[in-house]
This record gives sequence, C-alpha cells and structure tokens, in this order.
Amino acid sequence: MMSSRFIRNVRLGIKTLLLHKMRSILTMLGMVFGVGAVIAMLAVGEGASKQALDQIRRLGSQNIIINSQKPIGQAASGSMQVRMNIYGLLYDDLARIEQSFSTIERTVPAKLIRGQGRVGGRTLELRLVGTTPNWFELVSRELLTGRVMTELDVESTASVVVLTEHGARKLLVGKTTIGSKVLINQGYFTVIGVIKSESTQSGTMQTPDQEIDAYIPLNVAIERFGDLAVTRSSGSRSRELVELHQLIVQVDSIENVESTAAGIERMLSMFHPKGDYRMSVPLALLRQAEATQRTFNIVLGSIAGISLLIGGIGIMNIMLASVTERTREIGVRRAIGARRKQIIGQFLIETVVLSVTGGFIGIGIGILIPWLITMFADMPTVVTLWSVLLSVVISIGVGVIFGMYPAMRAANLDPIVALRHE
Amino acid sequence: MTEAAAQNPDSNHVIELHEVWKTYRMGSQDVHALAGVSLTIERGSFWAISGASGSGKSTMLNLLGCLDRPTQGRYALEGQDIALTSDDELSDLRLKHLGFVFQSFNLIPQLTVQENIELPLFYQGVDSAIAAKRAQAIAERVGLSDRLGHRPTELSGGQQQRVAIARALSNNPSVLLADEPTGNLDTATGDSIMELLTELHEQGKTIMMVTHEPEIADYAQFQLVMRDGKIESITENPRFAMAGA
Repeated sequence: MMSSRFIRNVRLGIKTLLLHKMRSILTMLGMVFGVGAVIAMLAVGEGASKQALDQIRRLGSQNIIINSQKPIGQAASGSMQVRMNIYGLLYDDLARIEQSFSTIERTVPAKLIRGQGRVGGRTLELRLVGTTPNWFELVSRELLTGRVMTELDVESTASVVVLTEHGARKLLVGKTTIGSKVLINQGYFTVIGVIKSESTQSGTMQTPDQEIDAYIPLNVAIERFGDLAVTRSSGSRSRELVELHQLIVQVDSIENVESTAAGIERMLSMFHPKGDYRMSVPLALLRQAEATQRTFNIVLGSIAGISLLIGGIGIMNIMLASVTERTREIGVRRAIGARRKQIIGQFLIETVVLSVTGGFIGIGIGILIPWLITMFADMPTVVTLWSVLLSVVISIGVGVIFGMYPAMRAANLDPIVALRHE
Repeated sequence: MTEAAAQNPDSNHVIELHEVWKTYRMGSQDVHALAGVSLTIERGSFWAISGASGSGKSTMLNLLGCLDRPTQGRYALEGQDIALTSDDELSDLRLKHLGFVFQSFNLIPQLTVQENIELPLFYQGVDSAIAAKRAQAIAERVGLSDRLGHRPTELSGGQQQRVAIARALSNNPSVLLADEPTGNLDTATGDSIMELLTELHEQGKTIMMVTHEPEIADYAQFQLVMRDGKIESITENPRFAMAGA
C-alpha cells in the first residue's frame, strides 16, 4: 500500500518535471558534472596510483635495496687518460650486515658486469649478474626450463649461467637450451636454466632484473672477472673498481623493515663517509605513494564536495521557484486533505528524482571519460565500484538535503493564503 | 445511505457553530471577521452565503472548510469539535468530510482529469484500481466520462468546473463547499453548473456555497446574508418551502 503510493508519487514527480524539460535538464547539469567529475577524477587517480603501487610492490615491500653509486666530484687517481674510480659496497659490508641484524631473512648481493654473450655467430649485449641462489628466491620469476642456481654451483665454482627468456631467444635459436655453452667475456658458461624477466623501463621505479640479464654464481664472477671494470668512451678510458653493485636485503617482516633500514643506514654511513651508495626502501616509497594518494583523494573530495554543493544549491534554487510557482497547487492539495508531510514528500521526491537522474547521467559520463582517456591518452584508469556506489548515495543525499528546505517551505504555507495566491 | 450518515446516524446536524468569533490583529486594532456566529446546518441542506466584501463570508467558508480555527466559540463538524485539533487532524477532517469547489477550478495541471478526480482517494490511501473505478463513476455522474485522459488545459471552463466538482465528490464528503463556483463562467455554463449542484442536493448532498450573485443564490434552499461578521438574515427559498410543504 505504502509502496504503491510511493511509486505513484515518483511517477507524479517525473511527470511534473517533464512538464518543464529544459528547466529540469539545466537543473540536473550541476549534478551531472559534479558526479561525472568525481568518478572520472577518481578513476584517473586510482589508475595512476595503482600503476605506481604495482611497481613498488614488484620491488618487494619487505626489501631494502642498496646500490653502489659513484660519488659526485670524486678525485680520480691516475693520469687524465686513465681514471680509476674506487667506490661502492664491499664484500665486508655484506658480511657486516648479515651478522649485525637478526631481522634479516636473506641477503642478495649482486655484481653487475657489462658483457657480451656469444653463441656461434650470434652475439648479445648482456648484463652479467654475479649473485647467489638467494636471488631466485627473492626475485622470483617463472622458471621456463632447466633449473636455477644452487649452493652446489657456488661451492664448486661452476661456470653455469641462467638466462632470461629474452637472452635465450636471441642466443640459442634452434639449439638445445640446457647444456649449451655461451661465450661470455672470453669465458664459457653452461646454460642450466631459463627464467622469465619482468623488466619495466617506464617510470622511475625499476625491477631488480632486466631482460638482458645472465645470472652466474658470485664467486665465479669474482674469480673470472675481478672487481675492475674498464669502460671506453670517446677516446678516454675510465676504470672503476667496485666490489658489489647491488645488495638487496630482505627483512623477515614488514614491521621490521623501517628499523632495519635505519640500522643499515647508520652502519653504512660509518664505513662509507663518501656516501658512495644509495638506499631505497620500497615500503617507504609505498607509504609515501599511499600518503600522496590520500592527499590526492582529499583534494578530489573537496573539489567533488564543492561541485556537488553547487549542484545541490542549483536544485534548491529551482525547487524554491517551483514552490512559489505552484503555491496554488499546494493550497489545493492541502484543502483536499494532504498532510504537511505528504507535501514535503511530494517535493522531496521531485528533488531526489532530479538529483538521482543527474547523478546517474553523471555516472555514465564519469565512466565514459576514463575510458576515452585510456583509449586516446593510453593512461591507466580504474573506475572503482565504491566511487559509483558513493555517487549514488551522494546523489540521493544531495536531493534530500537540498530538497528539504523548499519542501518545508511548501508544507508550511498557510492553505488559505496559498489558495488565494495568484 | 451516505458514508457520513453511517458514521453518525443519530445526528442530523452536519455542522454546528456556537458563538464563533474570528479575530485578527491588524496593527494595534482587533478586527472581528466573525463576531459571534451561531448556526446549525442540517444534513442535505443547500445554503447560499452572501454579503458585501468584508462581511466575513470568506472567513466563514475557510472556517467551515477546516482551513482555519475559530478564535472563540465552538465549531463541530460531524460532531467533532475542531478547536483543539492539530494541523494533521484538520487535514484528515478535510480529507474525510469535506469537498472544495473553487471559483478558478484549481485543477492540478500536470494531472489528467482522472488523476485530478482521484486525488482525495490518493491521499486517503485507497487502492488505485478501486480509486480508478470510483473516479470513472463520478465522472459519469458529472457528464465527463469521455474526458478522463485529458489534461485540464484541454477542457473548457465549464468542463473544468465539472472535474473540480467530481474531485470534491470523490471522497463522498459530508459537506460540499463551493466558493463562487460560477464566478469564472459565462451565464449559460454557470447555470449548467448550478443545475449539477441542484441535482447533487436533490441526491442528498449538503452544500455550502458562497456567492455574491442573487440569481445564483436563488438556486439554494437557504440564503444566508452576512454583514460585519454577523449573520444578518437567513431566508428559506419559497420554492423549497412550498416543495417541502
């Protein structure tokens, strides 16, 4: 009974609004753009933050990454032609860190050497990664064939190499993969396995692995290639002596990441006064990104709030005009026997129909715009369900809040005065 | 038997006014729109209220229509004193016992003829199928059964007033209150509306009509003339007196 009357009220409300189509459409525009802007902006923000957060997560939120870094303005020893730079993480640093922190789950040292792989007539620029079996547990990538490095390979200083899918495709076309010999920087290595790589070059964040990687045991790398790297560029040679290029520390739990990072930082700064290393903590970056996202959401929320406020005021304005225009109708309804709250109900329903219709059109626009952005600007966007649901709730809320005053005005009219209104 | 009679079978008095005063404050002066009016309206009677402007006839109609409360005195509609009723209760009284016909028809433009007629039933919460049936029956009674789907603006003045009368009748009220029902109509159309009201009176409806035109007032059974907030005279129409004798 009640619900059928409600439905009739809604139908009547729609009918009344359709009497002035243009006016109703213009009134709704505030809501349309308000809600549309909210959803679209949230979708763009969500897309951007998801991308950033994904990149950070790929680095591992339990990890601390320390890279060797050439100090700026370091005096080079030797002649002008032959520069020698000595910097970076030491094997001792690795040992010290491993011994000093009980919160460390595992450490992954990496020695990065530029090299060239050759199989038959094929060559490929490689990044030779001298590391330990821990690498494959920390940077877990899908094993495509064979096996990854083991402690046994380390102990026996085996000249084995794990290639990436990319490297295997370039070097080993039409050959048996496992057991093939690859000539790397004048040394032969036996391929024991192929893994996938997940290198992304976009953005500032990079994954620890690259698609041109070739993984060999760290001790083999030291034995074969030493710590000295010579790079030739435009006639001059520069020589660098770096023991470890990278050290990834995995902490046992997320709660301990920040304290461990601080401890490592203190320790390293003691032994490396020149600051020839750089630490990055993905968790801190993640926290930072989340904080940025929160700020962004607050800004969006404020913009949304203001636009919805303006939309609501627009609706209220029109409803006040409508109440004045329909004073006679209100008088008649009251004379017939409508109670005040029935008048309130009638006008509230009209306002809510306006705001919700505007809201739904806004949702449509808010979904369409991110889609267009993704289509034409190739930016990731994510329209979240909660933003849509929130918009529906807000639309109803705006209708009720901004419809209440005009409806009360209508209901509180003296029927005698209202009937006499010209 | 009418609905109202069924509720109150003992009383033949639909309306009772006893020493009713309605006082407005204008600046520092009290203006008595009604100054001690006593009146009893019997069920099935047809009254015409007339008087110069400012005589209190509009105030009288508003009061009778439960749109207003007396400042002093007693007004009972169907035996119920309205002095202490709340706004909602007044609404309910109007919804249950009263039907209004206005000079300017006052149909709701966005509603069809049928929806206009159904309006009191809508507020009573009558099931829409039953309401539709009743609206159709009443439309037939006022001669508008072929106009149910039309909008008020598509009708002539006389037709609009018929719709208004049908709307006033749809809740089967104890009293039909008409405020200058022919004021916006030409003479011929006005006469046909008066014939309709006469017909309703003959069918037993109690009608209170405000008019300033003597020839319209002549349709009524009793002519009540007001002056300065008081009843100046009540005369029974000799036609009815003779018919009654």
